[in-house]
Amino acid sequence: MNDANVNPLPPMPLTMALVGQRVTFAGVRNAGRGLTHRLAEMGLTPGENLEILNRGSGPFIVSIKGSRFVLGRGMVHRILVRPG
Amino acid sequence: MTDKHFTIALAGNPNSGKTTVFNAITGARQHVGNYPGVTVEKKAGAATHGDVRLEVVDLPGTYSLTAYSIEEVVARNFLLNDKPDVVVDIVDSSNLERNLYLATQLMELGVPLVLAFNMSDVAEGRGYNIDDDKLAELLGVPIVKTVGHKGKGITELLDAALAVARDGQAVASQRHPNYGSEIEPHLKQLTGLVAEKCDKHRPRWFAIKLLENDAETIKRLRQACPQHIEELLAEAERLRRHIESICGDAAEIILADRRYGFISGACTEAVTQSVEVRHERSDKIDSVMTNRYLGLPIFALLMFLVFQLTFFMGNPLVDLLDSGKGLLAEAVGGLWGESGADSVLRSLLVDGIIEGVGAVMVFTPLIMLLFLAIAFLEDSGYMARAAFVIDRLMHKIGLHGKSFIPMLIGFGCTVPGIMATRTLETRRDRLTTILVLPLMSCGARLPIYVLILGAFFPVNTVLRLFGILPVTNHALWLFLIYIIGIALAIICAKIFRATLLKGEATPFVMELPPYRMPTLKGLAIHMWERTWLYIKKAGTIILAIVVVLWALAYWPKLGEEKLVVFEQRRAAVQADAHPDKEQTAELLAEIDAAEHEAKLEHSAIGRAGKTIAPVFKPCGFDWKISTATIGAFAAKEVFVGQMGVLYSVGDDVDEESVDLREKLAAKYTPLMGFCIMLFSLISMPCMVTVAVTVREAGWRWALLQVTYLTALAWVLTTIVYQVGSRLI
Repeated sequence: MNDANVNPLPPMPLTMALVGQRVTFAGVRNAGRGLTHRLAEMGLTPGENLEILNRGSGPFIVSIKGSRFVLGRGMVHRILVRPG
Repeated sequence: MTDKHFTIALAGNPNSGKTTVFNAITGARQHVGNYPGVTVEKKAGAATHGDVRLEVVDLPGTYSLTAYSIEEVVARNFLLNDKPDVVVDIVDSSNLERNLYLATQLMELGVPLVLAFNMSDVAEGRGYNIDDDKLAELLGVPIVKTVGHKGKGITELLDAALAVARDGQAVASQRHPNYGSEIEPHLKQLTGLVAEKCDKHRPRWFAIKLLENDAETIKRLRQACPQHIEELLAEAERLRRHIESICGDAAEIILADRRYGFISGACTEAVTQSVEVRHERSDKIDSVMTNRYLGLPIFALLMFLVFQLTFFMGNPLVDLLDSGKGLLAEAVGGLWGESGADSVLRSLLVDGIIEGVGAVMVFTPLIMLLFLAIAFLEDSGYMARAAFVIDRLMHKIGLHGKSFIPMLIGFGCTVPGIMATRTLETRRDRLTTILVLPLMSCGARLPIYVLILGAFFPVNTVLRLFGILPVTNHALWLFLIYIIGIALAIICAKIFRATLLKGEATPFVMELPPYRMPTLKGLAIHMWERTWLYIKKAGTIILAIVVVLWALAYWPKLGEEKLVVFEQRRAAVQADAHPDKEQTAELLAEIDAAEHEAKLEHSAIGRAGKTIAPVFKPCGFDWKISTATIGAFAAKEVFVGQMGVLYSVGDDVDEESVDLREKLAAKYTPLMGFCIMLFSLISMPCMVTVAVTVREAGWRWALLQVTYLTALAWVLTTIVYQVGSRLI
């Protein structure tokens, strides 16, 4: 869980990631317990990789554990990731 | 010889092909109901396997068994309360890790379980090599490979399911995730406490859910053992804090992470995978479909094609049924011969039932095709893409793309659309979507538009799409009506989001299933389910309403002294023996029409209609349209049936029956026709919609919905009519 030691780069919001980039999930900011738990159940737990496939004019399409998900614009601002 | 009756529950993620397996097991022997207290659809079906009778329950598709959505709670409560003999978890084998997450939860719940590795052909075709024997051993659960849409492996699956149902030890041999040295000892401790104080059957499940701070579980335990709940909660809270301080994350996050770890461990040993190819084709299609610039035009084109194809193929069938209805009316009417003009039974059968119910029934092909198109959008996986593409527009009105899916379903029928709003995350989004949903013109309003368009706008082809597909002016008119509905929905949603339902846009997550070619069987079942509801409605509710309306239009009858007047006028015209035969016939027809009108105005519905008519006068409606508009509250298509009745009761029976469309064309103007369509589009939703809104949102919101829509309909129609009649 504590991958801060492994990956020293500070987390950034998902909105800063580029299409085709692979990033590591670091957490969610300004989110209630429910939302964080739901993301975890989808497979988005700290340290998990995700790839950005499409960033429309707001929502993103990302690949998590082999599935494609649309993350709404409210979501991409809250999700924190680290490059690589 | 049936020795026993078994209940099988089908669980599985959405998009795992659960429905195709359900269809393969039960065929057409399905019945749809609701889970008690909630509007989650409960699908069940019967089947026999060997000499065993099976009741198969299709649980709602879920990713997990938490308490975050109604579906998950319903699925969980069914498993806990109804205790099915065996649970079959349908797993998409081309996406094992995610799909097995639900399996770990089912194992923790301790239900007798069989895994169906569905779409195994797809998985193999995509380079996955699954050693299912090994995986079955690692999980302690039998695995059967299936291909739902081809019916492959279903017999083996039922064999395995029955074996588990009969084996008392099946649950004991299941493995479940081990949560590691930081958590497992605490979990054991809490499990012991639950077993001692409260529940001996599933103590580990309840202990896990207490650690996850699961609201439903706390409620359940509070009821089951009110004297110990505080003690359990205090202990759970202490352990939660402890786990969080050691691991740095909330307990439920750690638990989810460990479950995925458990699955990943098993898959590493039993699954080899050449490359990640599952989404290759889907991603390629998506690079076009969800493209920033192409996405919206493609979406608009697809929507237009849906409507155009529906009419292109449906209209000839409607005309065919319509002439069939005419023949039936003539045949039934003919049974009475010349003397039967005054027969009450004849009027009930011909003017009431055949004209009323028939007017609704002839539109069945259109409804069927529309539902077919919507089923295709749903089953192919495009629906979720549409939600992504439309997000930009939806965001402008304070909703997000996901709200668009219920709206699209609303084009078929508002009721399932309202039910589909349950997938939305917040109550604010749900309420806004529910409030504007009736503006998505539903299938039942289609007959009204088609009747009106056929009456006032002679059909002609205005252009050819791609050089072949003819586009008629009717299709363009219809498209306009639908666009007006969508535009109003956008405006109203924006107003609601700025006033009553203020708040920030909520974050949302939605899975994009891989594109799939829908199966014919799946499409047929989807289409038939909904079409059958339409037919059933016509044969029951609408039949009843039409009979009542007929009676109201039939009685009280015009007195003899009044009828004599018309007879005298007829005799006078004939005695005149005017040389011009045509003119004589015209005069006679005028008298007939006047008599018909007098009879109707004398009837109960005529009097009631005249009373309310002033309200609708500014909209350009006469009393007949006014009553039909009110009748449409029962069900939108009643409008058509009621016009059918109003224009045939009291009609001269010897006359060859004139098409309802011709009668309307003779009586009203195209502007009035457009006003009828506009009013029908916007005005109060049907009774069933109101009932569902009350259940889903409460009666205050239902009342608001009815009031604002009706007021909006009246105001807009009045403006269009008043401005239009001055311009024309």
